[in-house]
Amino acid sequence: MSKRIDVTDLNVYYGDFLAVEGVTMAIEPRQVTALIGPSGCGKSTFLRTLNRMHEVIPGARVSGKALMDGVDLYGAGVDPVAVRRQVGMVFQRPNPFPTMSIADNVLAGVKLNNRRISKSDAASVVEQSLRGANLWNEVKDRLDRPGSSLSGGQQQRLCIARAIAVQPEVLLMDEPCSALDPISTLAIEDLINELKEQFTIVIVTHNMQQAARVSDRTAFFNIAGTGKPGKLIEIDDTGTIFSTPSVPATEDYISGRSG
Amino acid sequence: MSLATATPPVPTRPRSLGRGVQTSRRRLPRWAPWSILGSAILLSLAVLTLADATSVPSVLALAAVVYAGGITVTALVVEGPRWAKDRLATTVVIGAFLVALIPLVSLLWIVVARGLRLFSWDFLTTDMVGVFGSMTTGGVQHAIVGTLLITAAAAVISVPIGLLTAIYLVEYGRGPLARAITFLVDVMTGIPSIVAGLFAFALFTLFFGPAYRAGIMGAVALSLLMTPVVIRSVEEMLRLVPNELREASLALGVPKWLTILKVVLRTAVAGIVTGIMLAVARVIGETAPLLIAVGMMTKTNTNLFEGRMATLPVFAYNEYSKGGVGIDRAWAAALTLIVIVMLLNLIARFVSSKFAPKAAR
Amino acid sequence: MVVTSTTRTADGSRSGGLAAPQRRVADLGGRIFSGFSLGAGLVILAALAAVSIFLIIKAWPALTASGADLAEISWFKSDSLLGYVGPLIFGTLLASVLALVLAVPVSIGIALFISHYAPRRLAQSLGYVVDLLAAIPSVVYGLWGALWLLPVINPVFTWLSDKLGFIPLFADYQAPAKNIMSASVVLAVMILPIITAVTREVFLQTPRLHEEAALALGATRWELVRMAVLPFGRSGIISASMLGLGRALGETMAVLMVISPGFLFSFHLLKPGQHQTIAANIASQFPEASGLSVSVLIATGLALFVITFVVNMAARWVIARRKDFSGAN
Repeated sequence: MSKRIDVTDLNVYYGDFLAVEGVTMAIEPRQVTALIGPSGCGKSTFLRTLNRMHEVIPGARVSGKALMDGVDLYGAGVDPVAVRRQVGMVFQRPNPFPTMSIADNVLAGVKLNNRRISKSDAASVVEQSLRGANLWNEVKDRLDRPGSSLSGGQQQRLCIARAIAVQPEVLLMDEPCSALDPISTLAIEDLINELKEQFTIVIVTHNMQQAARVSDRTAFFNIAGTGKPGKLIEIDDTGTIFSTPSVPATEDYISGRSG
Repeated sequence: MSLATATPPVPTRPRSLGRGVQTSRRRLPRWAPWSILGSAILLSLAVLTLADATSVPSVLALAAVVYAGGITVTALVVEGPRWAKDRLATTVVIGAFLVALIPLVSLLWIVVARGLRLFSWDFLTTDMVGVFGSMTTGGVQHAIVGTLLITAAAAVISVPIGLLTAIYLVEYGRGPLARAITFLVDVMTGIPSIVAGLFAFALFTLFFGPAYRAGIMGAVALSLLMTPVVIRSVEEMLRLVPNELREASLALGVPKWLTILKVVLRTAVAGIVTGIMLAVARVIGETAPLLIAVGMMTKTNTNLFEGRMATLPVFAYNEYSKGGVGIDRAWAAALTLIVIVMLLNLIARFVSSKFAPKAAR
Repeated sequence: MVVTSTTRTADGSRSGGLAAPQRRVADLGGRIFSGFSLGAGLVILAALAAVSIFLIIKAWPALTASGADLAEISWFKSDSLLGYVGPLIFGTLLASVLALVLAVPVSIGIALFISHYAPRRLAQSLGYVVDLLAAIPSVVYGLWGALWLLPVINPVFTWLSDKLGFIPLFADYQAPAKNIMSASVVLAVMILPIITAVTREVFLQTPRLHEEAALALGATRWELVRMAVLPFGRSGIISASMLGLGRALGETMAVLMVISPGFLFSFHLLKPGQHQTIAANIASQFPEASGLSVSVLIATGLALFVITFVVNMAARWVIARRKDFSGAN
C-alpha cells in the first residue's frame, strides 16, 4: 500500500538560486517522518519536490535522485501528474473547492480528471474517505452543503479526505495544523496516527511538540544565513533526536537556543 | 473606510490634548452652515430680482459663491484660518459633486421625458418602411434586431479570443511574448471607436469591393473595441482565484489544463460572466463605427453578411439629423438603448451577486 | 487507477506505474488547450498589425496624391494633406484639452467626496452612479448636448461674451452655442466617470498609516487631504487625466452633433464655425465619400490613431512608474 522514498543528494534551485542543497534521506513506509527547522530552511521546498509540486513555480528545478520503491520520480518518461496521483498533499491552509459540495470535494480527484464513477462507488468512496479522515460522523447529514460551510479544522480534515480518496502511496503534509486551533490540531494529530497504518506520511511542522507526538523519525533542516542554501543536518528516530541528537545545532534548536 | 467616522464634523469637539493649552476650542454651532446657506439663497434672490435676472440656475450659482465666501469668512473669524480653509475645501468638494449631478440628472430626466413621447409597444415592433415626412408612425424594430445581431456577432468573436488570451496571460504566459501581448492589449484599449470602424471598412472593402456593406463589418469593428475590455476583466477575475485552489487541484494529480477549466474558470465564472455583460453593454451603444461601416436601412435585415443594417445608435443619430418628428424618434430610440444597457448592467449585477462562490473572497 | 475496488486491504499493492497510460490523452488535451490560449494571444498581435496595415494601405493613395488630385475633392479646401489635417488636429487637441481642464477638477472633487467625505454607505452607491454614467451610449450624450445643453448654456455664453468679450477667447459669441466650448462641456461630462473612477481608486489606496499620522497631529480634514491623500495620488491623477484625454480625443458623436464645423486655427472658443475634430469630420464626410476622399479620411484616422496611441502610452508609463515607486501595490 505505502511505498518508501529514497532521496539521494537532492539539490533544489529557483532559477540560479540554490534553495536546498545535498539532501540524502530515506523515508520509510508506514511511518511518519517529521521535517523540522527554522523558517526559510527549505523544509517546505524539499517537501514539495517529493510530488513535484515545486514545478508549479516557474524556474524551479532539482538535481539528484528521488526513488519511490526504486522508480525515479524525476526519470525521463515520468509524468509529474502521475507522480502527484501517488503522492498526495495537504496544505498549510485548508483549501476546499468553494464551488463544490462536501461530497464533491472528496470526489474532486476523480471528477476533475473527467473519470466516470458509478453512484454507488462514489458513495462508498465518499464514506470511506470521510471515515478515514474522522469526519464522517460530523458531516454525513449534510454532504451536499458547500465545503466552505465547515469549520477550519473540519475543512482541513475534508482536505485530508480529498487527498486519501485518490488512494495515494504517500501523503505529504505542509504544516497542516498551523492555521488551526488546539482542539482541531489534536484531532488532526490523532488522525495522522491512524493514517500511518496505510500511508507513508511526511509532515512539515514548526511545532516541535507536535513532531515529538506524531512522528517516528525526525529530520532537522537548518540554514547558515540568508541567501545560503538550506541543508539537512541530521535524521534519526524521533526519540533519539529529541533526547540525544548527534549534532550540537540540533540540540540548540530543539532546546530553543537558536532558530 | 470613510474618514467621516474618524473626524465627525461635531461643532464642539475636544481638541488636541497634546497641546495641553486648550482641551476645547470655539467651533461654529451645527446650525451655522445651514443658516448661512439660507441667507445666501435669500440674498442672491434679492440681488438678482433687483437686477432683473432671476432664474433658478443664476440664483443657485450666486448663492453657492455667496455661501462659500460667507462660511469661510465666518469660520475665519470664529474658528481661525486652519478651520476656515477646511470649511472652504469641504464646500468646494461637495460643490463639485453637486455640479456633476447636474448632467446626470438632466440627462436621465430628458431622455425619459422626451423619449416617452413616442415610446410604445408599436414603436418597438414596427420598422421604418413607408414612413416619410412628418408621419409619426414607424419604429425601431429593425434597429433593435440589427443592434442585437451585430452585438451578438461581436461577442461571438471577442469572448473566445478574450477569454483564451486572458487565460494565456494569467496561467501560461511568461517572458517577452506575454509582456508584448499585455502591452498590445493596452494599445487596443485606446483605439478610438471611429478608427475601429475605419479598419473594418478598409479590411472588407479591400476584399469585397468598395461598395460592400454588411453587419459583419460593424461586428468586426465592435469586437476590436470589446476584446481588450473582455481580456482585462477576465484577467482580473482569474487573478482573484486563490493560488491555493490551483495547488490543491494539481496535488490531486489533475493536469494543469483540467485545473484551469474545472477549478479556476469554475470559481471565477460569475465574475467572468459579469465582465462580459459589462463589455457588451459598453459596445452596444457604439455609434461611430457602425455609422461608417454598416450604414442605415428602413427595414429589418437579418443577414449579417449582406447589405446595410439598422442599429439603434445610428438610428437615433439619423433621426436627429432629419429634425422635426425625427427628433422625437431619436429620443425614443435613445430611451430604448438606455433601457437595454441598464438591463444588461442589472443582469450583470444579479449574476455576480447570485453566483459568486461564497468563500471566494 | 482511482478506486476500482471499494475495500482496501492493508497491503494490497496496486498496479499502475508513474507513466500512466492515460497520460497521452491528458497530454493531448493540455497541448490543445495551451495551444489555443497562445493562439488567442497571437490573434491580438495579428489584429493590431492588421489595423495598422489596412489603414496604411487604404490611406496610401491620399498620402502619395498630388495637390491637384486632392483639390478635386469637393470639401478639400487646402493645398496639401498636411494643410488639411493640421486644423483638424488642432481642433481635436483643443476640444480634448478644454474638456480635460473642465473635467479634472470636478473629478478630483467627486473622487475626494466619495473617498473621504461621504458616509461609507452613501459612498458605495455614489460610486455605482458614477460607473453608470460611463455606461450611457455616446449618441445619448450627443442628443443631450445638442438638445438640452445648448439652450441651457446660451445665457452663460452670452454673459461671458458680454462681460469678458474683450478677451479674444470669449469674443464673438453667436447663439445657438454650436461652438467648441459646448462640445468640450459634453466631452468633459463623458470623460468624468473614467477620471473619477481611477482617482477614486488611488485615493482609497492612501496608506492608512499616513492618514492616521496626519490625524494624530490634529490635522483638519482638508490638511489631511493636502498632506496625505493628494501627494500620494498625484501620479494617479495624472494618469487618469491622460486616460480621459485619450477618450476625449477619439470621441465622435458628441462633437459631431454639437459643433458647427470650421477648419481654422482659432482660439475663439465661443464662435461657431471655427473648429472640427478628426473623428467628427470622418463621421460627417464618410457616408458620402468615395475613391480618393475615402483615402484622405482614412489618413486623418491614422493620424488620430497615432495621437491616441502616444497619449495612452504616456498614461501607462506614468502608471508603471508609480508602481515602481510605491512598491507595495
